[in-house]
Parts: sequence; C-alpha cells; structure tokens
Amino acid sequence: MAEITVSVDGVKYSDHVEPRLLLVHYLREVVGKTGTPIGCDTSNCGACTVLLDGESVKSCAVLAVQADGTEITTIEGMANGSLHPLQEAFHAEHALQCGYCTPGMIMAAADLLRENPRPSDAEIREGLEGNLCRCTGYENIVRAVRRAAAAGASA
Amino acid sequence: MTAPADATEALTPEVGRARLRKEDERLITGQTNWTDNIRLPGLLHVAFLRSPYAHARITAVDVSAARSEPGVIAAYAGADFAAEQGSLPCAWPVTPDIVIPAHPPMATDEVRYVGEAVACVVARDRYAAADALAAIEIDYEPLPPVLDIRTALNEDSPKVHAAGNKSFEWPFANGDLAAAFSGAPVVLERHYRQQRLIPAAMEPRSVVCSCVGGEFTLWSATQIPHVLRVMLAMVTGIPEQNIRVIAPDVGGGFGSKLQVTAEEVLALLLARKLGRPVKWTETRSEGNMTVHHGRDQWQRIRIAADRDGRVRGLDVSLLADMGAYLMLVTPGVPLLGAFMFPAIYKMDAYSFHCTGVFTTKMPTDAYRGAGRPEATFGIERIMDELAAELGLDPLELRERNWIRHEEFPYTTIAGLTYDSGNYEAATAKARELFGYDELRKEQQQRRADNDPVQLGIGVSTFTEMCGLAPSRVLGSLAYGAGGWEQASIRMLPTGKVEVVTGSSAHGQGHETAWSQIVADQLGVPFEDIRVLHGDTQVSPKGMDTYGSRSLAVGGMALVSACDKVVEKAKVIAAAMLEVAASDLEWSPGRFAVRGDPDQGVTISEIALATFAAHNLPDGVEPTIDADATYDPDNFSFPHGTHLCATEVDTETGFVKIRSYVCVDDIGTVVNPLIVEGQVHGGLAQGIAQALYEEAVYDDDGNLVTTTLADYLVPSASDLPSYVTGRTESRAANRLGVKGVGEAGTIASTPAVVNAIVDALRPFGIDDVPMPCTPERVWRAIQTARSDQTQGTDGGAA
Repeated sequence: MAEITVSVDGVKYSDHVEPRLLLVHYLREVVGKTGTPIGCDTSNCGACTVLLDGESVKSCAVLAVQADGTEITTIEGMANGSLHPLQEAFHAEHALQCGYCTPGMIMAAADLLRENPRPSDAEIREGLEGNLCRCTGYENIVRAVRRAAAAGASA
Repeated sequence: MTAPADATEALTPEVGRARLRKEDERLITGQTNWTDNIRLPGLLHVAFLRSPYAHARITAVDVSAARSEPGVIAAYAGADFAAEQGSLPCAWPVTPDIVIPAHPPMATDEVRYVGEAVACVVARDRYAAADALAAIEIDYEPLPPVLDIRTALNEDSPKVHAAGNKSFEWPFANGDLAAAFSGAPVVLERHYRQQRLIPAAMEPRSVVCSCVGGEFTLWSATQIPHVLRVMLAMVTGIPEQNIRVIAPDVGGGFGSKLQVTAEEVLALLLARKLGRPVKWTETRSEGNMTVHHGRDQWQRIRIAADRDGRVRGLDVSLLADMGAYLMLVTPGVPLLGAFMFPAIYKMDAYSFHCTGVFTTKMPTDAYRGAGRPEATFGIERIMDELAAELGLDPLELRERNWIRHEEFPYTTIAGLTYDSGNYEAATAKARELFGYDELRKEQQQRRADNDPVQLGIGVSTFTEMCGLAPSRVLGSLAYGAGGWEQASIRMLPTGKVEVVTGSSAHGQGHETAWSQIVADQLGVPFEDIRVLHGDTQVSPKGMDTYGSRSLAVGGMALVSACDKVVEKAKVIAAAMLEVAASDLEWSPGRFAVRGDPDQGVTISEIALATFAAHNLPDGVEPTIDADATYDPDNFSFPHGTHLCATEVDTETGFVKIRSYVCVDDIGTVVNPLIVEGQVHGGLAQGIAQALYEEAVYDDDGNLVTTTLADYLVPSASDLPSYVTGRTESRAANRLGVKGVGEAGTIASTPAVVNAIVDALRPFGIDDVPMPCTPERVWRAIQTARSDQTQGTDGGAA
C-alpha cells in the first residue's frame, strides 16, 4: 500500500492505496466521486476524463499513486455556485441524451478551450476525438462547445 | 373559485416547444444515479470466468482454489446453479416448430461462444474478484466452431446443438410472384451482407441485487424493468411479487439492454445464496463479447420491373445469424424486416423467406431498428441498382413506384396499412436543401474530368413501422407479450402533478416530453409536473422502451389517463359549483359554467378538494387520479428522404461525406430539440454501419473486435455535420405522433452506401461490402480496373 495525498474538487484527501489502483476507481470507490463514470478499459472512450493539475487525463489510464500531490477536478467540481459555461451550453444545445459520456466530454472540452479559446468546428471535432458519444451524433456537442467558447468558458 | 385567467396568462401550448430537458441538471453535474454508482452495506463484487473457446465440452471444473484467495467469499461453477438457474427466455417462438435450445445462464457441460460464463467469483472488492478468476481450473475438450451461416446448413457441418443448426424457416408471400417475374423485361438479383454489429451503449451493463427476507431488489442498466421482472420470476421460480426491478439512470441502450441476461439471473441467485447484496459491472471488453450483437444477415434479393421502372415483384431470401442461442426476441428481429422490404413502393407480388441459423457466436438480438434497417438497406440498394439498369434517376424511379399522398391509407403488399405519409413533400424539400440538381451537374463534370476524387449521390426514401405494437398483431406473430403501455396521473393536493409511466427512458427525454403532453392535457404548468419511471414499485405496470414506441404508445396512454382525470374532476367541479355536470365546459386547466365563464374551478382546486374530501357528493371517490392502459390500433409509419453526397478518393479509397440532408416526417413533433437530437444520433449509428463498424470473429471463433480500439465507434472527427428538415403528416392517433428513435439509423446506411456506389459506378462497380473502409473501396476499384483491363485485352479467363 502506498500513501497518497490529493486534492479532489478542492478537498484534500490522504489515503493508503494499492499501487495498482486506477485513479478512476480511487475517485469513484474511495473518495465517492461517482460523477466520473467508466466507459471502457482501453482508454478509448474518454468517459472518465478529469483534469489533473488543469490538464485533461483519462482517469482509467492513470494510477492513483501517479496522482499523488496533484489537484484533480471532476465534473462534480465544475459548478462553482452556478453552472460552468460548458455545463450551461451542453444543456442549452441539447448536447446530451443518456448523459453517460457527458462528464468526460465536458472535462475534455474544458481542456480544449483552455488551449484554444476560440476553436473552429473542425478543431472542436479534432479536439474531442478521444471522447466517444453514442447518442448525439456529436452535432450538438460541437454547437455546445462553440457556444461555451463564445461565452468565455476558457476564462 | 377562480375567475378565468386573462389572455396574457393563457398557457402557450407545450407540444411543439423546444423545451430544454428536465433530465439534464443531474447529468451535467455528475449527480447521475448509474447502477454502478450504487453502494449497499456489505456489498460484494462478482467477476465471471468466460469461455475462451467458441465451442467446447466442459470436462472438469474446480473452483476450490479460488475460494481460498484473499477477500474471496465464494466461487461457483455452472453445476452449482443447475437446479435453480432455469433457461434464459426467448419470448418470440416465431413458428410452431422453431428450435429453441436450452440456454443456461451459466454453462454446465458445453460452451457455444467465446465469452459464455462458465464460473464466477464473489469477493470483497472488484480487484479481488478479478484476481481469483485465475485460480479456477477448467478443462475443455474443444469442438469444431460453426461460423458461417452460408455453410452451417450443409449436411457435413458441425452442429451447434444436437437438433442441428437450423432454428426456423419463416415464409411470407402475397400476390402471384411467378407471374410478376415471368416475362418481366428487367429482373435483377443482388446479394447483400448485413454485417454483425456491436451496439456499444456508452454505459456498460451493470447489475446490483439484494435479497432481504426473501424479497429481492434488482437494479439493472436495462431498458425493460417490467419485462425483466416477469421474466426473472418465470426463469427462477421466485414469486413475481417478491421481485422489485429498478432501472436507475441508464446510459443508452439501442436495443442492447432489451434483454434478460445471464448476469441478471445469476446476480439474483447469488444474492439469495449469500444473503448479501452483490454487484457486477462489465468491462467494455467483456461487453463487446457478451452484450447481444445486432444485424448479421446474408440477403438474396430479386426484383422484377417493367422497362418504365414500374416494380412488378420482389423476392427476398434471408439467412439470419441467430448466434449460439435464441435470446429474448432473437428470431423475431429479421422477421420485422419481412414487413419492410416493400417499403414505400407499390408492387404486384412479394415473397419473403427467412431461415434462422445457429452459429458458435454471441447471440444476435435487437439493435436500433431491429430488422428494419436490414430490410431498408436491401430495398433501397436494389432500387438504386434498378435505376442504374434502366438509366433512370434514382429519385425518378422511386417516384414512379411510391404510394402517392392521396392514396393513404394504403395497404401494402406486406399487409401493413400505412395511415399517413407524403413522400412527394419530403422528397421535394430534401432535394432543395441538398441542391440535388447542382450536385448531379458537379458529378457529371468530375466524371468528364476523370477527377481522382469522384462525387457520389446516395438516395434513401425510407419508411419504417414503429410504435410497437398492437397487441393482437403481436399475438398473430407469436410474440409472447402485448404491445400496450401504461400511464398514471396523480393529482397532488398542492396542485402539482406526478406522472407515472411504464415506458422506461434511458436517454430519450421522457421526463421533459411527458411533462409537455400532460401540461397541455390538464392545463398545468410544465414545471409543476414530475415524471416517474423505471421502478416496478413506483410504476407497477409497463412494457418499457424499444421499437420507437414510447411516444406513440406511452404518450397516448398519458392522453387516455388525462381524459379520465378530467372526467372524474368534472363530477366534483359540478358539486363545487353547484351546477349540473352537463353545464360545465372544460378548457385545459379549468371548468367553467357554460354561459358564465367567471364561475369556474381549476383542476388544482379540484385536487385539493379531494384531499379534504369534506363536501363530495355521495358515492364519489375522493380522488381524481387515474390510470390508463393504451393499446394502439396500428403501428406508426415515419418516413423521410435522406440524401448523401460522398467524395470518394479513387486512389486511396477514402470516403468523405460531403453533405448529408434528411427530411423526416414523424408526424406531430412534441419537442423539436429532442427530435433533432434523436435524428442526429440515429444518423451517426447508420453512417457508422456503412463506413466503420463490424464485429469480426476469427477462424477459431474468437471475437477480434473486443475493444473500442478494434471496434470503430466513430468519434466527432469521423462524422459530418447534418442538415435536418421536417415535413408533417399526422399519424392516426390523437397526438398525431409517429416515432423517431430509429428513423435516422434505418434511413442512413443505404443512403451512404448508395452514394459510394454511385461515385464508383463508372468503374463498373455495383457494390462495396460494409463497412466501406478505404481498403474495401480501394480493392473494389482495383478489381474493377483489372476486370476492365482484361476485358479490353480480350484476356478474361
């Protein structure tokens, strides 16, 4: 067992974990942050995307011990009194149906807008190609990210 | 008692409004209640050991070593469940002599596909459970796999089951086919492959089960909590009243969660054996292997026509891969296609024959469209072939054959009565949005220029049957259940409304759309309505969600229940206003005295009056709540015209969708935002079948596409932007609604493939097998070029 200390959505946690424990399992089963779901086991789908020190990672492809000393933001930490502009935009553009990919999609989009505050539609599509959605056909996700960009989501 | 609301307060009709969804708040904030999120005190985790062989006899099993691994509570093999596990159900015995093999949830003596469960471990956490699987010892005696349905019926083929490899033969015929074909100036025959697909809902399957005092609660990522409850009782013998099934938030289904699975049955049995709650959540790799697959047919289609393009007859022969067993509706899926091959076209004669064949692969079952995409692909592909043969524009050929709008209602050669439709209107609008004539000109130019990137235009003028289904029709097709839906309206004392629906949403937006319908019917604000679903204790009766049935059947059940609420409320309103009921007029939300509109009472006031119940007339029940069960008179028949332009790079085989236009007629639209989203998602799945997806088994029967790296669910960068439009012909139900969940998927696959073939037709190419990968397109071009070269040299062998 290894001891790790991480900050998750602004709260500090210290835990003893097995070295093989995946970050996503740590978040879901140790910290209780079930807002981050798991969609695959080969880091293709992106449903488990979180921000690790501000950069998006697929939390199924990171060990909890690798996250020691970092600050993690999950979908549950995005709303700060009011919804994050990306959350607002996903709602306004009907960019989700079943909603399973949505946490990862929003976190990946947050990182995309941090790097490129005003992306073209093609850049949005390229930027989110590591996140799969089976319901929306992506059209409204692209619209939502465009809308959030216009609302200054990168700030 | 209220005065009438003045005009400015009058409620805008909710039906037709692009309401943002009520569901979204929890979904965008990570507060969703997925099955895998559920934690119960003492919860144990289950892992399954699965067969590495496509076909083998189990000669020895020893789970004892697994039992002594750290954290392991129990380990079991099939024999441990043999007395109680029953056989997984097939609810659709399509013919009297159908072969339905026993399907034990856990294999006991023989395995018939890679991934079939053979043992399990129950442990303190999921890691310990997975680790201990390695300690289980199983000896197999391999048997030959059966992988190709084209040879599986040969005498010398190995047998999947002792009864052989044929499950059933199902014929349908109407009209004089021999007369239609004999002497027909044009007869074409084409063979099409419907590849095997993996539904790949984003949420993996998950099940949690607790058993307390003989009462079971089972949470499952399912589309069908109500059907599942009945089936679990029938399979296990546990009394139905002691089983509660909950479908919490469910992350997509597309038919894949329309199933009674081995893991659900075994979770129930494990909870009973251990007296502790258990959870199993699949990995994606496990799911690709063991969630039922879709499609998988070989189609032989013959069409006979006159020189002017009039279709005389259609002759369809299918081989349908059932996989190793028949699951919930496995054999019925290809038969839904029987009714859809004639599509929107008039003809003199039609014949359909389907043979269901067993193989040593994962069973197939419903996947978005279920039988209708396969049929639509077949007919829309061969209509394009016929157009090419006759030198006609494919839209012109279709127009010469389709049912004209003034001919509705129209009974097709397949025996369905289409209640409404307007193919002319949808096609005219699609042509305009697409710029059809301009694109045809550009195509000619590129052909003339020998442009290495050729332009193709694909047409699909589809219809489908949905709103499953009139119960008596299902009965006539030997289906084991009805097609009705249930709704309850509960009028709360504070004026709010609870709507209980038997339809079980998993992404469709019922909580929003149902609120809109009830708001209009009862004249209560959209915000004051809460929709409850997906729990057999909350919504005790239902037929669940599949087959684009929720709105056309479940929505109509809401209307019926609202009617009853208003009827009951009228009696109480009359007493409150001290007038005869016949003197009251209802406008949504309020009864008023005829001729004296200031005298009235609102539905909320009436609800409150029933709560107090102080002054109700003698013999009147103190409630205006109502239940209704609605059984539709007919299917509904959405239709539309889809046009796809592809740019095909003839040097690399790469296909780019340049534009995609669809105009769908789904009747009355309750929420245009939700409808557009359904269309987008449907298109993506249909395009994915055309270009990207295929479940591939190797020669030993191993699934090769077990991950999302191998099975190509498209990402945003793989798909185009869509142009959507609508026309509207009302369905014959009171809401005028049809269905939209499957339309995009049904229509788009042939539109894309027709566009690819259209681009390549100058090469002499008349088919590219799906998925039309760059390699397959490139090979088709190479083969065609080499054939042409040999032809020129006179050297064709």
